[in-house]
Amino acid sequence: MSDNTISVPGVAPGWRAWLLSPTPGSRSQARLGRWFRSWLAFRRNPLAMTGLTIVLALVLMAVAAPLLSSEHEATFQSLPDRLQYFSLAHPFGTDELGRDILARVLFGARVTLLIVAMVTVIVVPIGLGIGLPSGYFGGWLDAVLMRITDIFLAFPQLVLALAFAAALGPGIENAVIAIALTSWPPYARLARAETITRRRSEFVLAAELQGASWVRILWVQILPLCLPSVIIRLTLDMAGIILIAAGLGFLGLGAQPPMPEWGAMVSSGRSVLLDQWWVATIPGLAIFIVSLGFNLLGDGLRDVADPRSS
Amino acid sequence: MTATIDVTRPSRRRVGLIALPVRRLLGVLLSLVLTFLGLTIVTFVIGRVIPIDPVLAIVGEHASASTYDAVRLEIGLDLPIPVQYWRYLTKVLSGDFGNSVITSQPVLVDLLNVFPATIELSFLALVIGVALGIPCGVVGAAQRGRWPDHVIRMASLFGYSMPVFWLGLVGLLVFYAKLGWVEGPGRIDVGYDDIVPTVTGMITVDSVLSGDWEVFWNALSHLALPATILGYISLAYVARMTRSFMLGQLQQEYVLAARAKGLSETRVIWIHALGNIWVQLITVVALTFGNLLQGAVLTETVFAWPGLGLYMKNSLFNADLNAVLGGTTLIGAVYICLNFLSDLLYPLVDPRARSRS
Repeated sequence: MSDNTISVPGVAPGWRAWLLSPTPGSRSQARLGRWFRSWLAFRRNPLAMTGLTIVLALVLMAVAAPLLSSEHEATFQSLPDRLQYFSLAHPFGTDELGRDILARVLFGARVTLLIVAMVTVIVVPIGLGIGLPSGYFGGWLDAVLMRITDIFLAFPQLVLALAFAAALGPGIENAVIAIALTSWPPYARLARAETITRRRSEFVLAAELQGASWVRILWVQILPLCLPSVIIRLTLDMAGIILIAAGLGFLGLGAQPPMPEWGAMVSSGRSVLLDQWWVATIPGLAIFIVSLGFNLLGDGLRDVADPRSS
Repeated sequence: MTATIDVTRPSRRRVGLIALPVRRLLGVLLSLVLTFLGLTIVTFVIGRVIPIDPVLAIVGEHASASTYDAVRLEIGLDLPIPVQYWRYLTKVLSGDFGNSVITSQPVLVDLLNVFPATIELSFLALVIGVALGIPCGVVGAAQRGRWPDHVIRMASLFGYSMPVFWLGLVGLLVFYAKLGWVEGPGRIDVGYDDIVPTVTGMITVDSVLSGDWEVFWNALSHLALPATILGYISLAYVARMTRSFMLGQLQQEYVLAARAKGLSETRVIWIHALGNIWVQLITVVALTFGNLLQGAVLTETVFAWPGLGLYMKNSLFNADLNAVLGGTTLIGAVYICLNFLSDLLYPLVDPRARSRS
């Protein structure tokens, strides 16, 4: 967009005024303005900003891992250098096979992000696919779908993920499938609740009168309105997903060696815990910080979206 | 149990009062049955459908063709899937999960052997979590926005962001290896093994029953660290939920009325407001206990605690699918029952829930 306030150099206040304008001139201006106001509210919350910083740092670590270190260092075994304490060459020491722990933590960020992304890609479509029609049509379809959802909701997540991983065999893809299969129900419930509150709205009725199909109504009218709460829920769930993935990794059912997965790294450091504490402690600290980051970010996002719940 | 309420309500309501709990009970029982069927379908699918060749999983690669065929017939793989499921369901309902490959005992016997150890650990953790978590949540809500609230919120935020297996390892490192305050992994020192007769299977209880205090203190010292760590993780959740329930109550008008009446702040918060959230807390406690049971797999691995979790983990790595699924069904069934028990307790504790639907 070529608004004239942009072209004047060094006038951030102009931007601000344009974004906060009470009389937006276009839909995109109104939308950007709304986002900007949310951002201003979000920025005032120091805990939420800490969370955002941690999550951004995780993404940055994952992206920049090859620049800061190398894949070679993360997997290269050098037995003479095993179990070294912190040094310049190995800031976080080395593990029981002489691999640089810092490099492994950096590349582990990629594995964590990969798991998080894959779970999201599976869970959100399943949740929306079940929740939206359920809320829109109601009746027996709703009853059946919600009964199924309730059944899955009543299952112990970690144990089921464990059983799935046991049957499918260890590995990162199977761990993701196992986690996803047990985490979709809250999203179905959320999408259903959001759909029910909007099903009788005038804009939906207008679309129905114009002859829009139910697929189009769900996709174009209702889905975008469900997304904010789904995203917030997802952020809050991320911490749990990361902890379960790390737990599966710790038990040996997640990512397989030599892939640098944080949970598996903690597990491998167990045998030398009492003498070389850093081997197990450092990757565990990484899991803790990242999961804390997602929790803080999720709390902050929820406060912005719904100030009552803080 | 509801006699006093019957008297005070008009007679029209009395019919509803009798009918509603019954209808509600039936509804809850139906959900319970459906959910349990769902659980068995999932374990059935995991056990019989996902493995490419379930027979091979049982007999191993070096079995002869005749053994292979015999086992194939024995587990009924030639039957249609629904019939197989029905056979599986009737077996599970009669407590038959098949034999464990490792111990070559029926899985149920194994499960009953290891379950008390898990109960012992989870129960103590639950007591710690609830006894500290509820007061923390109440104080947090009452002191909202002041430093006690911030401290408690951060402590609980840390609690549910921490990987429990890592916290266990750090705890072992600090309190066992460096400080020597507690005993290390395992349930009891080897020297004390099998001294007290097994009654409940929980060593702390059994040693008290037989009056052997030396064994009791040793067992308690082994129990202290894992229970505290699990207790801390539960505390995080209990405190967070208590705080948010309390905040909801403190905004209600009856709190204002109680304060206007001149009641002390202690009484308003700890008697009036807290008294109104017990029902919601029951659900939280039930969920916490369920989570402790399933979290046992990780904690028991770290602390070499010979309970259900460690049993399942060992079975996993010996491809003992019967044992894994038996454990899954047991934990799942307990978890489901806890969920529904809290649903059932609702109207008993809270008269308001009785008039609702």
